[in-house]
Amino acid sequence: MKIDREEIKKIALLSRLDISEENMGTVEKALNDVLSYVAELEELDLEGVEPMAHAVPLYNVFRKDEVIPSLPHDLAMQNAPEEEDGYFKVPRVIQE
Amino acid sequence: MTIHELHQKLVAKELSAVELTNAVIAHKAKTEPTVHAYLADSHEQALAVAAKVDEKIAAGEVISPLAGIPGAVKDNICIKDQQATCASRMLENFVPPYNASVVEKLTGEDYVSLGKLNMDEFAMGSSSESSAFAKTTNPWNADYVPGGSSGGAAASVAAGSAVWALGSDTGGSVRQPASYCGVVGLKPTYGNVSRYGLIAYASSLDQIGPVTRDVTDAAIVLNAISGHDHRDSTSIPGERPDYTKALVNDVKGLKIGMPKEYFGEGLNSEVREALEKAAKVYEGLGAEIVEVSLPTSKYALSAYYIIALAEASSNLARYDGVSYGLRVPADNLVEMSTKTRSQGFGAEVQRRILLGTYVLSSGYYDAYYLKALKARRLIKNEFDSAFEKVDVLLTPTAPNTAFKFGEKINDPLSMYLEDICTTPVNLAGIPGISIPAGFASNGMPIGMQLLAPAMGEEVLFRTAYTFEQACPECNKIASIGEVTL
Amino acid sequence: MKYETVVGLEVHTELKTKSKIFCGCTTEFGGDQNTHVCPVCLGLPGVMPVLNQKVVEYAIRVGLALNCEILQFNKFDRKNYYYPDLPKNWQTSQYDLPICLNGHIDIEVGGKTRRIRITRIHMEEDAGKLVHSGNTISTSDSSNVDYNRTGVPLLEIVSEPDLRSGEEARAYVEKIRSIIKYLDVSDVRMEEGSLRCDANISVRLMGDEKLGTKTEIKNMNSLTALQKGVEYEAIRQAETLEDGGTIVQETRTWDDSKGMTLSMRKKEAENDYRYFPEPDLVPIVITDEQIEAARQSLPELPDAKMARFQADYGLSEEDSAILTTMRETADYLDEAVKAGADAKTAANWMLGDLSKMVNEANITFADAKVKPAQLAAMIELINKGTISGKIAKKVIVSMWETGKDPQAIVEEQGLVQITDTGAIEEIVKQVIADNPKSVEDFKSGKGKAIGFLVGQVMKLSKGRANPGVVNELLQKHLNA
Repeated sequence: MKIDREEIKKIALLSRLDISEENMGTVEKALNDVLSYVAELEELDLEGVEPMAHAVPLYNVFRKDEVIPSLPHDLAMQNAPEEEDGYFKVPRVIQE
Repeated sequence: MTIHELHQKLVAKELSAVELTNAVIAHKAKTEPTVHAYLADSHEQALAVAAKVDEKIAAGEVISPLAGIPGAVKDNICIKDQQATCASRMLENFVPPYNASVVEKLTGEDYVSLGKLNMDEFAMGSSSESSAFAKTTNPWNADYVPGGSSGGAAASVAAGSAVWALGSDTGGSVRQPASYCGVVGLKPTYGNVSRYGLIAYASSLDQIGPVTRDVTDAAIVLNAISGHDHRDSTSIPGERPDYTKALVNDVKGLKIGMPKEYFGEGLNSEVREALEKAAKVYEGLGAEIVEVSLPTSKYALSAYYIIALAEASSNLARYDGVSYGLRVPADNLVEMSTKTRSQGFGAEVQRRILLGTYVLSSGYYDAYYLKALKARRLIKNEFDSAFEKVDVLLTPTAPNTAFKFGEKINDPLSMYLEDICTTPVNLAGIPGISIPAGFASNGMPIGMQLLAPAMGEEVLFRTAYTFEQACPECNKIASIGEVTL
Repeated sequence: MKYETVVGLEVHTELKTKSKIFCGCTTEFGGDQNTHVCPVCLGLPGVMPVLNQKVVEYAIRVGLALNCEILQFNKFDRKNYYYPDLPKNWQTSQYDLPICLNGHIDIEVGGKTRRIRITRIHMEEDAGKLVHSGNTISTSDSSNVDYNRTGVPLLEIVSEPDLRSGEEARAYVEKIRSIIKYLDVSDVRMEEGSLRCDANISVRLMGDEKLGTKTEIKNMNSLTALQKGVEYEAIRQAETLEDGGTIVQETRTWDDSKGMTLSMRKKEAENDYRYFPEPDLVPIVITDEQIEAARQSLPELPDAKMARFQADYGLSEEDSAILTTMRETADYLDEAVKAGADAKTAANWMLGDLSKMVNEANITFADAKVKPAQLAAMIELINKGTISGKIAKKVIVSMWETGKDPQAIVEEQGLVQITDTGAIEEIVKQVIADNPKSVEDFKSGKGKAIGFLVGQVMKLSKGRANPGVVNELLQKHLNA
């Protein structure tokens, strides 16, 4: 399976990344190199194998429904790139 | 200069913690211009803790084995009010308002940290070259990379600018640089050490681990940082043993497996020779060397990259310029986030995010991600059956010794191949340790990896400790690393 | 009616746990912006979630009440998409193995009962809130983000496309709301956003089997808006098709002031959520015993209660339906009956005078100023003849205003019914003497005149005379 430039643009949009035209060639090659390497998984017989998403077989890890103090407001905002009235401020949400 | 030796000196009052800390700071000032292991310093805090430790010693209080002994922490582990950049422009000004669980634990041990250590950006790399801020060099030869991603951790310990360090290991990021720098690096069992406060690369694979001068020190640091944590849902419950009790110089009757697939093509001949020699040493000490087969391991690297990058694409989505980290201004949100991410992340991180997004995207999930999760199960099952036959597995840590700067940075795949022996271990969640096993003809260190079943750190320590005692010349220190106290 | 409307609903309900789903921050509504937040719900680098056990308990209760199977092995997944109200740019949710599957509820519309299938229920985290600098999101140059709501636990209840009209959609949500309210796991207030609802709507020619292209409608923030929104969208789609157009699969927003749905354009490629198992949370395993225990602990639900009110209390279907819609109302009646009231009489008071007062005060029966036992005591006073039904209407108002027991009010205000024949006879004699004209009318055969005379006696007795005795005595004296 090869990834083409159209698809790279699609996943770039999903990833919120901008790939310049001059970088496109390098990115395309790097991605395809890796994808053709990992295609070796095709060789494995995976019929009936249970997928393994976790390294440890734990289940039912819970916390009690108890309130613990939140962060003081100034600490919550300490890394904010832009703040307004105690909110995180962001530019226009809808693209024209 | 090991933790256990220095601890004896502190307790015997031959040396004060402040003197020790000042000595290491002075040594660091000499090594840093070439090694560049650090991204930030915290000397004042370090000296304040050292002074507190000295007061405790003066008052006749019992101090913890790690108390007052200067170490350092990889810059992807959160320490309250200290930068945590992950060596990325994205987090250049990020200051966490909280402590990682390991940091809380270490605080309880009166740990002294001299600063935050360089790494590959967001732990993505095997040479530390992808750091946005510093080029860490190998203390054995500055033309060579220190390995990665915990290159700063391994280089600082090898250079003596830290007595111990914390790194993180997602696919070999503690073990491979330890191997390249001739020090000890441990990746604990997944869930043995809390990940809370470790800035995630790939959550189902990441684990914090110590980098130290010797095996005893690794056990001491693991004692300090391991344990169940209610803030990490994947933390293994229950008490942990005293790992220093496992430091027994005896492998008689132990079955050590050598998986033939790890010694096949692509393995550097000097590395092979060193490990075969190590196997002979073990045999001489009464261990039984058994050849085993782990055929699916061949596929581990592929499965690893698919899983790690998929998780990373999601873990790194939060860096969008909205509530912390870099923001590149733009007049609408999508553009702001896109510019921020395109300028804030380096090329390798961007590549990995793109790949991770791709393998999860509609139409490709089954072909890549789901297959990788199934392959992961097979790899885990294979390790399980191997450990029914043997107690420990012996493999190279990396197929080669350290390479030179620029050799692989433009060929991502060749860089990824350096992780071929370490990634299966993260997939299976088992512990692995890399210890020095000799030197190549160019003088660069060779690492040996030992593996045990989940929560089998004790047998790892025993096996590693025994070899260390049998091969003192393997533990030679780089000339730059000799500290004058 | 050439076209048939086909609706499936996604109902989101905020669970009223004390703390958030993955951290210890309070779930309290309101609070200054960004004060109910911590590293975990702010999605700071390095943090990890830990699941609130109550959320699972509540989800099981809701699942059982909505006749679902409980998935004994279920897990969380990440739903990846960029939006500034999501600090991590993914929502932790459940994808292929949600906690509940395959349920149903019955709704009643136009005298017909219809079974609506529920596809699934899953647990997830709520997002934060955006405050726009302008009037709407599209006219704002900037927006402000408040993460207080981020991480409040949500259940998403997804129905099959079984609903056929705005009215059915409304009835379905009312029923869900009523059941959840009975379970006491959510406030289910649409105005506060603790119950929210998105609709997937399509139309097809009557008799067609195949579903048409659907649109998703958001921002219908009341039951009325839901009904109108569905009705509007169905007509819009039918008209589009009639005009030879095609329906575009898209998300639309309901504009309540304009009374129409508007397209929310989004690039199609963005609708790829790339779900995958959440590596930071481990699976949930639920035992048979836990499910059985949860089932045993469920309260009596509206349908069962309605059946019981008809069977045991002899109430009509309609009255039973009204009295069981809200758990507080039904509980009030049960308590009044337990305190000795006759069910039918108590129900009549509740449906009449009490409902008026409860509605005016904008409260529920749980907070009614007249307690169930007090209502029962008042009914007892009527039955004993201490007060008349008419006086009772005054008494209950005083009870509501003062919170006092009926006995006390009757005594304080001297409202005890006069049944003493002698005393009433005196008044009767006086009224006959004072109203010769009416007496004349009566005697000349105008039977109606007695009504006036009864009224006069009641007036003089300040309403306290027993009407039966008054009538009897008047007849006696007039016919003498």
